[in-house]
Amino acid sequence: MQIYLPIAEVSVNAFLLLGLGGLVGILSGMFGVGGGFLITPLLFIAGIPPAVAVATSANQIVASSFSALLAHLKRKTVDIPMGSVLLAGGLVGSGLGVMLFNLLKAQGQVDLLVKLCYVVFLGIVGGLMLWESLRALLRARRTGGAAVRRKHNWVHNLPLKMKFRVSGLYISVIPPLVVGLFVGVLAAVMGVGGGFIMVPAMIYLLGMPTKVVIGTSLFQIIFVTGFTTLLHATTNYTVDIVLAVMLIIGGVVGAQIGTRIGSKMKAEQLRILLALLVLAVCIQLAFDLLLRPSELYSADVT
Amino acid sequence: MRLLLALLCCLALPAKAEEIVLGLSSEAVAITATFDGSDILIFGAVKRDRPATLGEPLEVIITVSGPLTPVTVRHKERWMGIWINTDAVEVDAAPSFYAVATSGPLDQILTQTEDLRQRISIPRAIRSVGANVDNTADFTDALIRIRSDEGLYQVRENTVDFEEETLFRTEISLPANLIEGNYATRIFLTRDGAVVDAYESVIAVQKVGIERWLFNLAHEMPLAYGILSLCIAITAGWAASAAFQGVRR
Repeated sequence: MQIYLPIAEVSVNAFLLLGLGGLVGILSGMFGVGGGFLITPLLFIAGIPPAVAVATSANQIVASSFSALLAHLKRKTVDIPMGSVLLAGGLVGSGLGVMLFNLLKAQGQVDLLVKLCYVVFLGIVGGLMLWESLRALLRARRTGGAAVRRKHNWVHNLPLKMKFRVSGLYISVIPPLVVGLFVGVLAAVMGVGGGFIMVPAMIYLLGMPTKVVIGTSLFQIIFVTGFTTLLHATTNYTVDIVLAVMLIIGGVVGAQIGTRIGSKMKAEQLRILLALLVLAVCIQLAFDLLLRPSELYSADVT
Repeated sequence: MRLLLALLCCLALPAKAEEIVLGLSSEAVAITATFDGSDILIFGAVKRDRPATLGEPLEVIITVSGPLTPVTVRHKERWMGIWINTDAVEVDAAPSFYAVATSGPLDQILTQTEDLRQRISIPRAIRSVGANVDNTADFTDALIRIRSDEGLYQVRENTVDFEEETLFRTEISLPANLIEGNYATRIFLTRDGAVVDAYESVIAVQKVGIERWLFNLAHEMPLAYGILSLCIAITAGWAASAAFQGVRR
């Protein structure tokens, strides 16, 4: 069944969109990532104009993340104070990120920089997570017990300490603020929620337990992507509500399935799967940059 | 009625030897939610005040052109191992859609000078002035190639049925990824490569119903539209969560 999208001005298969939404929803529920790094390139391939794809996937991420967040709230695996601190940094960061984005746009080559950002960050994050998880898995097998994470590093010796009950942490608010800010900048430049950076940063930099990390990341993502949606809708008019609804229907159902799958799996297994997924997208994007394109020219309506 | 009007107009004007009387299967294309392209039948007749003259046969060329928009064409080159955009050419006005249907091979039924004057063939329909790169032609060729691959630019030679040099008909298929606007439809009668008569009409392509409403809302009340999108997202997220809760119990 073909459906015509009023803002994107293209006609696409409705079931394709439902399927894309569902796939990303499952990932969102399992890993606590918004899935923007996956849905945006997939929409490009489906023939949606890039500007519409970026803006609309932000809207879709709000829906699937909210659905998954409700499931996490029921299981009490959301650290709302921690999420709020991260969010405060994140909103400032996305404001800065939009300014940086416009600066790069004025210089040209913004597409290249966005792609390079994807390759570099997905590569680093995916590689580190895979390495760390494999080591933890091996260690757990050798000793026969669960891996004990190092609880104290330099991050825990800063002032302005605050108690985060759900995470079982008593740390300074500066590291989460900085992490939020940094992720906010990247999120605005790359047009994603930033979960794939946020999740490992919370685990390895802040030392939060994996089970709490996912719900907290979702909590923060909803607000950042909601803000982005409004920004795109009011300045560029590129949010396609029909496209969003199709993706959302698939996405919310997928998110519920994903949360169920996620709660049945071990934390290390979850992390290895997420790492492999991140690396796969990274390699795909790297190939795009390195291989000779079949069409050397491209045309954009200005 | 329109035919009659056209005939009356013809009578009032100083008579040309051969003139076009035109019909369109539809004068407007409505883009609905399930729009999946549309075929338009263009038909007509040649009206003449004396019997067809001998000599070179009469030929018909029909063009349909979407709204003209500026386009930036970029060229990629390898730089330090990766492919990046280097040169760019700003094409001032390129039709979003362009179809040429003819009753014979285009280069035989139309001379270069007439093509230049009337802007009939695809390269002539694209206007590019003031480009600051040496090989501008490569860029316009690339634009034509890209849009032809997407089915937006079509050259359909020998697809106009032209019977007895009097009745002609052709079908133009508009693709699903149409943009809104007035699609100029032109019919040319040529003899010996020269245009003997031309006729112009317009097909209005417009979104209707919910498509129209959403498009207007997005542009006229963007904040409300943005909030509406978010409300839908939040409601859908909550509904799915509640539904699955019910299933599990």
